[in-house]
Amino acid sequence: MQQTVTRVFVAKYSELPERIGQAVKVGEEEIALFRLTNGDVRAIENKSPHPKGGVLSEGLVSGEYVFCPLYDWKISLIDGNVQPPDEGKVKTYAVEVDGDDVYLLL
Amino acid sequence: MQKRKLVMIGNGMAGVRTIEELVKIAPDAFDITIFGKEPYPNYNRIQLSTILQGEMSFSDIIMNDWDWYESNHIQLYAGDQVVRVDTKEKIVYSESGRAVPYDELIFATGSLPLMLPIPGINKQGVIGFRDIHDCEMMMQAAKQYKKAAVIGAGLLGLEAASGLVHLGMDVHVVHLFGHIMEKQLDETAARLLQRELEAQGMNFLLEKETVEILGDDRVTGLRFKDGSEIAADFVVMAAGIVPNVKLAKESGLFVNRGIVVNDYLETSVPNVYAVGECAEHREIVYGLVAPLYEQAQVLAKRLVGMVEKGYEGSIVGTQLKVSGIDLFSAGEIYEAYETKAIKVHNELDGVYKKVLIRDGRIVGIVLYGDTSDSTRLFRMMQQKQDVSSLTDIAFLKEGGAKEEDVAMMADEELVCGCNGVTKGTIVQAIQQGASTVEQVGGCTNAGRSCGRCKPLIAKILEHTLGDAFAGQAQKETLCSCTDLNRDEVVAEIQAKGLTTVKEVMHVLGWKNEEGCSKCRPALNYYLGVIYPEYRDDRDSRLVNEKMHANIQKDGTYSVVPRMYGGVTTPEDLRRIADVAEKYRVPLVKLTGGQRIALFGIKKEDLPNVWADLGMLSGYAYGKTLRTVKTCVGATFCRYGTQDSMQLGIELEKRFERLDTPHKVKMGVSACPRNCAEAGVKDVGIVGVDGGWEIYVGGNGGTDLRAADLLCTVKTAEEVFEIVGAYLQYYRETAKYLERTSKWLERVGLSHVKEVVADEEKRTALNERLQRTLVRYEDPWRKVLEDEPLRQHYYTKRSIPVSVKED
Ligand code: SRM
Ligand SMILES: Cc1cc2nc3c(=O)[nH]c(=O)nc-3n(C[C@H](O)[C@H](O)[C@H](O)COP(=O)(O)OP(=O)(O)OC[C@H]3O[C@@H](n4cnc5c(N)ncnc54)[C@H](O)[C@@H]3O)c2cc1C
Ligand code: SF4
Ligand code: FES
Repeated sequence: MQQTVTRVFVAKYSELPERIGQAVKVGEEEIALFRLTNGDVRAIENKSPHPKGGVLSEGLVSGEYVFCPLYDWKISLIDGNVQPPDEGKVKTYAVEVDGDDVYLLL
Repeated sequence: MQKRKLVMIGNGMAGVRTIEELVKIAPDAFDITIFGKEPYPNYNRIQLSTILQGEMSFSDIIMNDWDWYESNHIQLYAGDQVVRVDTKEKIVYSESGRAVPYDELIFATGSLPLMLPIPGINKQGVIGFRDIHDCEMMMQAAKQYKKAAVIGAGLLGLEAASGLVHLGMDVHVVHLFGHIMEKQLDETAARLLQRELEAQGMNFLLEKETVEILGDDRVTGLRFKDGSEIAADFVVMAAGIVPNVKLAKESGLFVNRGIVVNDYLETSVPNVYAVGECAEHREIVYGLVAPLYEQAQVLAKRLVGMVEKGYEGSIVGTQLKVSGIDLFSAGEIYEAYETKAIKVHNELDGVYKKVLIRDGRIVGIVLYGDTSDSTRLFRMMQQKQDVSSLTDIAFLKEGGAKEEDVAMMADEELVCGCNGVTKGTIVQAIQQGASTVEQVGGCTNAGRSCGRCKPLIAKILEHTLGDAFAGQAQKETLCSCTDLNRDEVVAEIQAKGLTTVKEVMHVLGWKNEEGCSKCRPALNYYLGVIYPEYRDDRDSRLVNEKMHANIQKDGTYSVVPRMYGGVTTPEDLRRIADVAEKYRVPLVKLTGGQRIALFGIKKEDLPNVWADLGMLSGYAYGKTLRTVKTCVGATFCRYGTQDSMQLGIELEKRFERLDTPHKVKMGVSACPRNCAEAGVKDVGIVGVDGGWEIYVGGNGGTDLRAADLLCTVKTAEEVFEIVGAYLQYYRETAKYLERTSKWLERVGLSHVKEVVADEEKRTALNERLQRTLVRYEDPWRKVLEDEPLRQHYYTKRSIPVSVKED
């Protein structure tokens, strides 16, 4: 069995507020979308890698990082890596912006 | 065994240092009584000029507060001077009629300003510069008068003049000699200093001998020996000091210039000692604290019989505490036939350095413009080190080798000149656990006088602790995005007029362009305090304050509507019940803050829940006033003396929504049984017959702390005024996320008491608070009225499954 990449439309670029995470439910997956100050759009799984979990979409965004709103972990929006001294990784998704349409590549 | 009775006359710097040393080595040896003429606890006289220069307030310079005396069981009679001593019967008599017997007696009466014996010296508007009272007179004079003259351009005169310039007066400094500070500086250094002071706004009249003070009752001017005159409506005499020995003389002590003492500070009368500026040792009367503190140490040991080496005299170095000026001098100033000088004079940078050498040893130092070598040179001079082989001068060398300097300092090198503390002692204190400049001062006294050595202490900390200090330092700075601490950031914001979080980070060179979860909320808070009209940066707030609801571990939120003073109505209860049913709220609970919380609400439901409730936000999520807990009070309770519910409701209404450094909780009880637990609240009010007691700094959380009584007032109106001033002062001076309990311990209860008791300050604080309070509106209503806001923060998209598999 072979899996193909699927483009899923998730948002209008112009409707994405800068530096405020948006929670999107795609199928069964909860995804947090972020439009950064530099214009890029990033998508990660909306679940903190902290053992107690929690959402990430409400976190404070700084540059290419989000701070977990519950336990203050600093997480890269580029590769999903939790920054030291904490450890862990969240799932990241590829994003494609086509005109005003934002797609996730799943 | 009966304790011996120790009485001290004079509650100043040298005397109290003696007592500090004494209680350190023998806390229970004596019953101690101190008489102080001034109505204050011991304060740092050295810093009086910084008050004039606007850098500190009176409360900042208190060195031993009232609590210190009490906790060391010292009886202090402040504001009561000793007028007679009977050395036969061993009793001292005070002005107010006290008669206190002693076994041992210390004279620590300090000095008095030298008032020149010229006609007119007693006119109004002519003062010396010695104590808080003099400072107050200067500050008052500056409000009423314009023209000031300072007689004497020595240390004191220049510090006074600088203060008066700062206070807005036209200042003439009159000096008898051809150049200023002639006891400490040679002509070259003095000219550099004079030029700098002139640039700061001072005028100098050199080689002028004042012969008369003109005017009727009040001074109007000065006349000089050459016949010339100047106009002046305020005169500070700073021509010198004289040891305060009148009482000692009358008591039969042998007095020359000062009270004559031997190496153990013993006077000519048994069981009577003298220490400080009133004492004369080996024909020298000292006028700086460093030698006096050495005397204090010896005397303390002498009193408990730990006699080792006596006091053998000191070499002293001098600095001038005028902002923008760096100078140091010690020992001989003027070249003589047998001395050789090494001089560097860099006119470009206004730096002048001179070291005088006799027989291969340093005997004098004059540094102007750059005093970074002062401790090293001074140490070499004190130790009479042979410097014949060290005399080449590195010209045009690179700056910035400071860190290495600390590494290279010898252990016995002096760091704090005022307190005679060496590098070795400081390093030892650090190794025993001191990790901040304040803590080092706490156990070694270093840095507790003029404060000049603090930067060096910080460097030693940094060097000794290495990375551990870097970690420490991070705690002191706002966060790892910057090297600045709270005070520096606030000062920069004000000085540069920065108005947004972004601008602050940009202008102050933040290492992370968009900050982090520590500094963004903090900056947003500080800006809000500085500018009443500040527009809040919502995205710099953390989740709860951004959403106006408290996030829970599963990503849902809690909603807690306002219930002023814990008082509700059937209608409100009914509405809460309806909402709980409609949204299938998983948990309805009474909170510890006397109100009702709905837990487990989805983000996208928040606006609807708020709309259906039709109630105001209770801010259960905010760094702001949470609740005012009340007891039922006089309305129903048989013990109640006051209407506690009414006061609580009113307090909550007045101060709700206000941004504070951390959350603030209040409680109002109507009698001391205290059913509203006012004793563990940030602000707790307890009704008593005819008034209210106001308690502050309580905490029932992580670090339990009982509140302290701030004051007692008669009316509710006064409660609002005091609480308003207290809150605003907390807002303006606390670090972000510092609860009132911690803040109060840091700044000191007595200081806060003083601030809120000062009517002028209290009014100003309340005015600033009112200007801030008007900017708030209910955040839930705002969301309901603002469609884009709702879209931004309270939506969640759901995309139907569209993942295909082949
Ligand atoms: C709801 C409530 C517990 C309850 O079920 O009763 C509560 C709930 C929380 N408290 Fe509390 N505290 C509640 C009364 C208290 C009290 C008791 C009181 O106020 O009389 C205290 C001790 C008193 C005090 O603060 O001095 C209290 C001391 C704390 C502390 C420790 C504060 C401290 O300075 O040590 C925290 C942690 C913090 O603020 O950093 C905290 C933090 C929290 C947080 C906000 C934790 C968080 O960040 O998620 C909890 C939110 C739960 C939620 O999901 O909404 N809560 N909390 C109470 C709300 C009162 C209200 O109506 O506003
Ligand atoms: C403006 C200013 C700036 C200074 N700057 C420096 C500096 O930079 N560096 C430095 O080393 N030194 C400085 N000094 C000097 C330093 O303050 C003094 O050396 C030090 O305070 C002397 O301590 P003392 O205890 O001998 O006298 P004081 O601190 O003057 O204490 C004597 C106390 O005794 C009280 N007293 C007198 N008679 C009686 C009595 N009969 N009964 C009860 N109480 C009595 C007095 O009111 C006074 O409070 C400065 C002084 C002034 C005024
Ligand atoms: S604090 Fe006093 S007045 Fe208030 S309810 Fe308790 S007993 Fe009654
Ligand atoms: S040198 Fe004055 S306090 Fe240390």
